[in-house]
Amino acid sequence: MNTGPSDNEIISSVLLGDQARYAELVKRYQNFVFTIALRYASRREDAEEIAQDVFVKAYRSLADFRGDSKFSTWLYTIVSTTCISFLRKKKIDTRSLDNEQVFEVADSQDSGMHANQVEQKSKLQMVNEAIKLLSPDDAKLITLFYKGEQSLEEISRIMGMETNTVKVKLHRARQRLKDRMEKHFVQEVKDLMS
Amino acid sequence: MESQANMETRLWDYIDGLCSEEEKSVVEQLIAGNQEWKDKYKELLEVHQLMAGIELDEPSLRFTRNVMEEISRHHIAPAAKSYINKRVVWGIGAFFLLSIAGFLVYVFGQLPGSEISAPPVNIDNFNLDKVNFGKLINNTYTYVFVMINAILGLVLLDMYLGKKKRKLEEETGKG
Repeated sequence: MNTGPSDNEIISSVLLGDQARYAELVKRYQNFVFTIALRYASRREDAEEIAQDVFVKAYRSLADFRGDSKFSTWLYTIVSTTCISFLRKKKIDTRSLDNEQVFEVADSQDSGMHANQVEQKSKLQMVNEAIKLLSPDDAKLITLFYKGEQSLEEISRIMGMETNTVKVKLHRARQRLKDRMEKHFVQEVKDLMS
Repeated sequence: MESQANMETRLWDYIDGLCSEEEKSVVEQLIAGNQEWKDKYKELLEVHQLMAGIELDEPSLRFTRNVMEEISRHHIAPAAKSYINKRVVWGIGAFFLLSIAGFLVYVFGQLPGSEISAPPVNIDNFNLDKVNFGKLINNTYTYVFVMINAILGLVLLDMYLGKKKRKLEEETGKG
């Protein structure tokens, strides 16, 4: 939850010429934007480049933000399109959107993990590991829903889909995450569910 | 017997707070009275709570400074609505609609038996029969004419919008 001045107050100041205040918006949303970028780009440097590009684009288009949606929803729309165009341009080696390939990568990653390493993982670490085994789209959807403070309607606007489609996709993404967790962290899941 | 997928969908809607009051009370009754529903609810709730604990990654410490350095080289672009005149947009729309309508009229006029192709002409001092319109108005001429008009229209529009945008950017830059 944000404290201090609202996004709209900061935006008004920036539009009036106080460019320095834009840093407040960057600080407020940089972790989220970077996390989403990291779902698409496997390298941190690439993710940081995407995130920087997003904030520059948002700054340049700030006058187009009409305020009829949350600033975060508007910003995440830019994140979404920037991530996709970045992938198209640079053809980064991400985990493919093809789920079968994703699962193959996940299997190979997990096979190298020692049992005692797995046991040491906390519940949160386990979820954070599991989400990295999902496709970028699934991971983005879950992150938007759980960490982006976005409703299904807002996510549908960000992703350019119908709300019902988003709902079904979210349901499937969670199911896949659960399956991944069950497959790769069997013992932990048993402990959790017991 | 309710399918597993349907049960999970209803439970997720319940957990996310997306179901109606009526559905909510039905699901609550099912959870309270059915062991299978109760177990599944507990399982999904655990997953839901875990997902809420997803951690966000942090960019490098210099990130904000990098962004601010980058944007110092940019200006905020004027809002699109300020340089896109709705009358121009409507004008383009009307231009293309008229072009299409004209084209359709021409095509239907060429159909055999069409009244448009043989309009009754009554001009006393001018013998239209002697004028060979076929040489002037044929398909190639029509296409070329329409294409030139379309291209000219788009070039003029681009020049107009570009000029207006530059003017606004100059004003914003000064401001």
